[in-house]
Amino acid sequence: MVGIAAYGAYIPRYRLGAETVGWNSRQERAVANFDEDSVTMAVAAGSDCLSGRDRSLIDGIVFASTTLPYAEKQCAAIVAAALDLRTDIFAVDVANVLRAGTNALQAALDAVAAGRAGQVLVVVSDTRQGPPRGETERASGDGAAAFVIADQGVIAEHVGSHAVTDNMLDAWRAPGDPFVRTWEDRFATEEGIERIVPDAVTGYCQRTGAAPADVAKIALYAPDARRHARLARQLGFADAQIQEPLFGAVGNTGAAFAPMLLASALETAQASDLLLTVSYGDGSDVIGFRATDAIGDTSSPPMGVSGWLAAKRTLSDYETYARWREVWTLDDASRRPAAASPSVSALWREGDKNVRLYGARCRNCGYVQYPAQRVCVECRKVDDGEPVRLSETPASVFTYSMDYIAGAVDTPLVVAVVDFQGGGRVLCMITDRELDEIRVGMPVEMSFRKLRVVNGIHNYYWKAIPRRTPEPAAMAA
Amino acid sequence: MSGIRDRVAVVGMGCTRFGERWDASAADLMVEAAYEAYEDAGLETGDIQAAWLGTVSSFRTGQPLAEALKLDYIPITRVENACATATDAFRNACYAVAAGVYDIVLAMGVEKLKDSGFSGLAIAAGPGSDVEPPTPPPSQFAMAATRYFHHYGIDYDDGKRTLAQIASKNHHNGTLNSKAHFQREVSEDQIINAPMIAWPLGLYDCCGVSDGAAAAIITTPEIARTLRDDYILVKGLGLAVGAFGVLRNDWDFTYFPETVRASQAAYEEAGITDPRAEIDMAMVHDCFTITELIIMEDLGFSPRGQASADVADGAFSLEGDLPVNTDGGLKCFGHPIGASGIRMIYEVYKQMQGKAGGRQLQKADLGITHNLGGRPGSFTCSVAVFGRPD
Repeated sequence: MVGIAAYGAYIPRYRLGAETVGWNSRQERAVANFDEDSVTMAVAAGSDCLSGRDRSLIDGIVFASTTLPYAEKQCAAIVAAALDLRTDIFAVDVANVLRAGTNALQAALDAVAAGRAGQVLVVVSDTRQGPPRGETERASGDGAAAFVIADQGVIAEHVGSHAVTDNMLDAWRAPGDPFVRTWEDRFATEEGIERIVPDAVTGYCQRTGAAPADVAKIALYAPDARRHARLARQLGFADAQIQEPLFGAVGNTGAAFAPMLLASALETAQASDLLLTVSYGDGSDVIGFRATDAIGDTSSPPMGVSGWLAAKRTLSDYETYARWREVWTLDDASRRPAAASPSVSALWREGDKNVRLYGARCRNCGYVQYPAQRVCVECRKVDDGEPVRLSETPASVFTYSMDYIAGAVDTPLVVAVVDFQGGGRVLCMITDRELDEIRVGMPVEMSFRKLRVVNGIHNYYWKAIPRRTPEPAAMAA
Repeated sequence: MSGIRDRVAVVGMGCTRFGERWDASAADLMVEAAYEAYEDAGLETGDIQAAWLGTVSSFRTGQPLAEALKLDYIPITRVENACATATDAFRNACYAVAAGVYDIVLAMGVEKLKDSGFSGLAIAAGPGSDVEPPTPPPSQFAMAATRYFHHYGIDYDDGKRTLAQIASKNHHNGTLNSKAHFQREVSEDQIINAPMIAWPLGLYDCCGVSDGAAAAIITTPEIARTLRDDYILVKGLGLAVGAFGVLRNDWDFTYFPETVRASQAAYEEAGITDPRAEIDMAMVHDCFTITELIIMEDLGFSPRGQASADVADGAFSLEGDLPVNTDGGLKCFGHPIGASGIRMIYEVYKQMQGKAGGRQLQKADLGITHNLGGRPGSFTCSVAVFGRPD
């Protein structure tokens, strides 16, 4: 049996909403912080999905996004390393189309069905932006979903797929343009989504023998709430069959939209429920899963869509969003010398330290130290440390400062010394923070973030964030 | 090991006015400091047999000193050891004289920081992965303040008051020093209410970023006696380099082991057993007010956790039992990094000669200087002890 063995999601902490000055919309949408991008959100969703699982069993990764940070350089490889996957796995980036998320799911399903892999991690993440003040900006949101596709331990069995490919230029983005451009709304709706998606769903039903009435929930893509409602009606689904699309809470998360709704549907699915995932973009993918007896409380991720939805903060003003997402760029008043490019050879050498967040435990004396040392800081034994992954170890703030002159996007820059449970200490930034919540002893967790982009090099590292996920029982022991 | 005690003497010193010396290049500053020292010692360029040039970022080699002073093909070594640079240049010069290799040598410290166009320190690190968070010095020492206050249960208002008392004292001392970068009284309330730089440290908790140079001429006690009566003697030199605190969960930011170790070494060499009672003055590395507070405990002047009470009692003011940073300190004399250590020696030297003007101490027989370079958990610390000839 091939299907979904685990799932997870990620929604950034911040929202533009009714209380946001200058947002001018009652609709809430999720906004990635300035140090988040599709790669970092994919890592967060992947971590939610892999929680409590043996990640050494993952044989491949497929990463889908229309907002990959590199035009050349595999992003799945970054996500795989940050999630501490093995290196003898296959990795694929799927890009350029809103359908990328279901493309990735299908590719993983096919790979596992073909016996090419036992478990494949699918991560889908998007941070699409529309021009300032436009409809796309208002309707868009940032988010990610992740799935383990496997041939064992399946909680939702793959029961059929159908795809339509139809060359359609209703939305596009040229290289270098930060904003999604669209053609006239009515054309895109009538000749695009409202023509192509019904074709695909009809094709799925014909192919599998299922009828719309058999579907428990449909995870349906549409660009906004109005067109989502119209399309669902047109397809003949009753309200109870429609997975809540979260338009007023998260927004249109692009390639991640239908996969996030699927993750949402899995949270409440009952055994034998048929879940239909329907995407759109130059055609449409329809993928059917049927929940197995294994679905239930124990198969839920620590956070999932519902968990992240509850852990939100609303931005006070539109300007903050504009600065974070570089809709506006501000002049650096400090005349601080420009940052030099990071050394790529140093980044490569420090991969285990910086991306996998490995410290080391001395085999001789047991002292945990970060970064790993050639000579143990406690017993001075040479070259006898074993790696300890600290990226998901609960931690707390030992001390901190709030720097008003360091030139950060989110002044003041909060820098902290963070102690890991069980040993190890890291000096790092704290992000996703409210100043009034920071204190000595504050529980934090590590989050993979983009430090800066210099010379096109995206330098990723871990920061601490106020703890939002439940503490794993095993770690707390 | 016989140690350095009483084996070398300082016979001449010079120190430029510190500050935003838009008028002067690093070479100009070195000429200014060197010629004051020559005149003070009654010596000239031709008497200098070897030299040590301390600078963190202004130069890379010893050549600029030769070029500025037209030294006569003598050996010159450039020394860089963070904020302990000048003291380490001085220390190496002392050892060369004590070894009997040279009779008369020059130690020069210089820094030209104000040509960067940037108000803070603009010293770039070498190529690396750049994943370390940006933590300029205020942020690093703010983390020590946060933890020190937390550890001793000191609330924000009380902690800020103590730090303001330190800054206010050093500002007062600076008003009595015509060479200081800042020569203005600043009240405790002004200090407490100043703009935040790195919470909990505000503007006046931070020392000046300055240009300046300072020079010392070092010789044997025998030669010193032929030059002047009021030379001073090196009694002890300690240097401790640590980089392990940040790797350990058990180091708590409330003390700096490098200062403890460097001072223990220097005190032992100098024969000091009760520093608070025996030492008459201390020029310490008050790069931030919290640093001075912690140093008071690390040097053995105050018991652990008790420095705030001594500060409040005025123990370290000009009228106190152990005046600290009589010349205004880094806070007000300024901090041209590679010059600061020798600037501190300059103040000890002038105090011992009775030439400290309005800030002259009544008793100035035994003095120390202290530099702390790096960041909490990873410091290079120098402590030097000076006394008068018997």
